[in-house]
Amino acid sequence: MTGENKKELVVSAIDNGTVIDHIPASEVYKVVKILNLDEYQDEVLIGTNLKSKKYGTKGIIKVKNKFFEEKEVSKIALIAPNATLIVIKNYEVVEKRKLDIPDRVRNIVKCINPNCITNIEDIETDFRIVEKEPLKLQCHYCEKTMTNIRFKE
Amino acid sequence: MANLKGKNLISITDYNKEEYLQILDLAAEFEANPKQPILSDKVVASIFFEPSTRTRLSFESAANMLGARVIGFSNPAATSLQKGESLHDTIQMVSSYSDLIVMRHPRDGASRYASEVASVPVINAGDGANQHPTQCMLDLYSIRKTQGTLDNLQITMVGDLKYGRTVHSLVQAMCNFNATFHFVSPEELKMPSSVKMHIKNVGLKYFQYTNLEDVIPFSDIIYMTRIQRERFSDPLEYEKVKDCYVLDAATLKGCKPTMKVLHPLPRVNEIATDVDSTPYAYYFQQARNGVYVRQALMAAILGAK
Repeated sequence: MTGENKKELVVSAIDNGTVIDHIPASEVYKVVKILNLDEYQDEVLIGTNLKSKKYGTKGIIKVKNKFFEEKEVSKIALIAPNATLIVIKNYEVVEKRKLDIPDRVRNIVKCINPNCITNIEDIETDFRIVEKEPLKLQCHYCEKTMTNIRFKE
Repeated sequence: MANLKGKNLISITDYNKEEYLQILDLAAEFEANPKQPILSDKVVASIFFEPSTRTRLSFESAANMLGARVIGFSNPAATSLQKGESLHDTIQMVSSYSDLIVMRHPRDGASRYASEVASVPVINAGDGANQHPTQCMLDLYSIRKTQGTLDNLQITMVGDLKYGRTVHSLVQAMCNFNATFHFVSPEELKMPSSVKMHIKNVGLKYFQYTNLEDVIPFSDIIYMTRIQRERFSDPLEYEKVKDCYVLDAATLKGCKPTMKVLHPLPRVNEIATDVDSTPYAYYFQQARNGVYVRQALMAAILGAK
């Protein structure tokens, strides 16, 4: 039995739902938080510090009966740009995709500039991704660049 | 020739080199013949959500010289904003009364947002600490007028290079003209790395100094800035740097005969008054050039030129 198979036993399979694999181990709980999985009512399986051939260690989250919207996928991509998203229906993998940071994120991230108009008026935020590694975003409105991201509530 | 009709001007990067030059050429035309009633059928809304007498009068003077009617406010306390109206609603209302909006606002990004809400073009007359593109355009005009060209110049910037939005915009614009940049500032107020990175990325050079005397012999333009007290959270830090660069007539000894000193104004004490009577002082003419540049922008954006 390979190491990969052993891990599948540690974090058991789900019949329907989504698996987020290859999350950096340090970011697993951040992903849980931004997706509000701490309040999710169905099964959530969380594995962290699992061995990964590619990344050394990794985290994995399996969420039963949950299929993420694009906005949520963009959030995951900003935190865990190398993650893989696997959609499972009836134990079958129906979709598997490696996440990529989008070029633009709308109404997901909050501007760090307290004087930005988006923090004063009720306006949808809009950020251009200036650099993916390390992550750097620029606000479409106030033009400030930032490296630390905060998500809108 | 680019068609600027209906085009917003929010950030200096909204326009390209060809468009800058087109505006500068048009401004020269207005300098030669300022009173042309080509906008007599237009209404310009001048809406200032914070006071800025110099910029407002410059815009309103430009609009009047073109024959446009000017409506608006210079004091938001006297408007429905005091009743809690959103920027969105104010802009919608103003754009239904006018052909062009000139807007100043204390919040960063407010003008970009207004341009997305308005049904008429918007010219940004300053949004918080972010952009003031017409200042940059008048700086370009002043540089070209005094040097005869914008190409291959030695551009020196002095003072608050960290927070000064005018110097950041001017660097961005001058990167189109193969400039070499010389930055003179105290350690605490150095040019931000993002601006320096931009210069590098476009293949140009910059040099940093702490001593003003070092740059005098070779500069074509010395762009002085005011060190603003309000930028410092610690008053002691401000006291440390506030008088660090004072340009006086004696300091200018040995400069190029064609060198000009620019300043976005108001100055405090960073340019001694004895510079005013030297042939190098250009800051008051620079401010006057703002009217011609704003005439050019309004005429082009309203499709009258």
